[in-house]
Amino acid sequence: MTAPTAEMLRRLPERFDHAVLVTVDADGYPLSAAADFEVDEGGSAVRLRPPAAIPVGPGAEANVIFSHIRPQPDMGYDERRYVNLWGPLAEEDGGWLVLRPRRSQTWDEKEVPFFQYSELGVPQAHRYLGALGARQGRRIRPRLSGGWLFLRATRLPFLSATAVPVFLGVAVAALHGSFHLGYALLTLVAASLVHLGLNVANDIFDTLSGADAANTTPTQFSGGSRVIHYGLLSTGQMVALSAAFYAAAVAIGLYLAVERGFWPLFWIGLAGVAISVAYTAPPLRLVYRGLGEIAVALGFGPIMVLGAYFVQAQRLSAEAWVASIPVAILIALVLYVNEVPDRPGDGAAGKRTLPVRLSPGAVVAGYAAAAAAAYAGVVAGVATGILPFPTLLAAATAPMALGVYRGLRASYEDPYALMPTMAKGVNLHLFTGLLLVAGYVAAIVADRVMATPPFFLR
Amino acid sequence: MFAREASARRVGHLCLNDRMDTLPGRLPGRVEAVLNAALVAEFSVIGPDGLPITHPMIPLYDDGRIWLHSSILFSRKVEHVRRNPRVSVAVTDLGATHGEPLRDRVTVQGDATVHDGDVHEEWQRIMPLWVAKEPIVRPFYAKRVALPLFWERILIEIVPRRVLVWEGGRTDRPPEVLEMAETAP
Repeated sequence: MTAPTAEMLRRLPERFDHAVLVTVDADGYPLSAAADFEVDEGGSAVRLRPPAAIPVGPGAEANVIFSHIRPQPDMGYDERRYVNLWGPLAEEDGGWLVLRPRRSQTWDEKEVPFFQYSELGVPQAHRYLGALGARQGRRIRPRLSGGWLFLRATRLPFLSATAVPVFLGVAVAALHGSFHLGYALLTLVAASLVHLGLNVANDIFDTLSGADAANTTPTQFSGGSRVIHYGLLSTGQMVALSAAFYAAAVAIGLYLAVERGFWPLFWIGLAGVAISVAYTAPPLRLVYRGLGEIAVALGFGPIMVLGAYFVQAQRLSAEAWVASIPVAILIALVLYVNEVPDRPGDGAAGKRTLPVRLSPGAVVAGYAAAAAAAYAGVVAGVATGILPFPTLLAAATAPMALGVYRGLRASYEDPYALMPTMAKGVNLHLFTGLLLVAGYVAAIVADRVMATPPFFLR
Repeated sequence: MFAREASARRVGHLCLNDRMDTLPGRLPGRVEAVLNAALVAEFSVIGPDGLPITHPMIPLYDDGRIWLHSSILFSRKVEHVRRNPRVSVAVTDLGATHGEPLRDRVTVQGDATVHDGDVHEEWQRIMPLWVAKEPIVRPFYAKRVALPLFWERILIEIVPRRVLVWEGGRTDRPPEVLEMAETAP
């Protein structure tokens, strides 16, 4: 509830074609009817043509609502908005009723999109379920089916961030003559489990820090899973889930280490788990210090690529390290772009990510520079003979990067308009990484079937 | 939907108008037509301070009852109904339909009952009525993982007590008034 402003009242005639006057009748029931209206020039009063049969006593307080909800065929609604006013009604010469509103409550989905409006209702939802549970003598939680809940809690679709570097490490090793499918699959599972553990841990700490509650514009790509914030799972359940993921990852990692070379894989695995935990967990809380992008680049770049490579080849490789650079930069950029819509909530919760720290212009320029560096890394790798020539295929996604840059610049201030750009950023990392892998596959095939492959296949 | 009997008594200025004839337990046909076609209605409740509070909502009609439903996200109005079940539903936007514009404006006063024993499932019994008015609800519901709290919902059942019909939408003229008298089964 807020006090109505003169500007709000003056705009009523252009936004609504009729008012609805609501009073309370002698039986104690609300009684409402449509009324023509106009607003005085000063924007302090609404004049209503009194509907018949609506009782209005002297000095009566009334509610007047203006509502505009235009249905679209099969498409829901467009331009939903309403303004509720409350105040005393007085009769005026000429038969008009005059409302001098004291309180107002409004919604206009152009200003507060429906999804944000819904987020703002989460505290009310908890209050209602709390009161309902008290009446029923049991705790009532919102409900999602197990599959949906797992998908949401773990943010499973983001596993492409893990698949790409593992595939790349395996591909580099295969070109070098080492390929073991079983170990490759185990590596993928272990890395995915670390990723899922990280996702769940991230939600736990974002809820505890207040970042989830402060963020009223989450999207499919940003704002976390919110399963604790919504009450779908408890903090304890999420802690258990995260611990289970990490425990399973560590078990598989130890097995791989024992089988393929203990100390190198131990240190690589330890680095991966440590970075993923330190990402949001105290005391380091890297993402809160503007170091989240670097942590993600390291974890989903060199660490995963080199780890996957070592499991196959049982040694380290400069080529695998160079190959990891583009995917490391692009996955950091996925996070970087996805942090843009979260920055008001993140800032309020002390989560000082780069988009919180930097100006919009600097963030957009930073994207352009980093994306260019990713492609420069591929070109430089090929030019120096470290990467095989076919990995230049990865440059084919450059127009997508340009699209993300343009989308970021155009929709920086609108979280929902930014969603296609965030999706494009995820795909940019996926497709660039898969094209790098495809380049390696082309080089492997050429190496196997040709005695002397041409330069563009080496 | 529920066994009951009801009778209607006209008290308005056009009490002999046969268009207001009705079957026991049902609203007059022309009122049913408005409620079935309208995509938006103003739902008014009485707040803690005794003043009305109004919310735009989708009116659903079935067998003499008006059904409204609300997500727990927007459930303050339901708390008001629980405190005071006297409510009204007004259809005033003549253009808010998927077909021809409405001819008449209608206000229904009645007594509301909140159904929230099972906020996960119970509301789904009105899904066919809802989808008929808002086909987009079906695909939206299929993606409920995106907005899970929106699909924890409360049903509000309204038993009409008095119906006012403003012919031609003219609220400057006295409405036809129909009193509904409920008899328990």
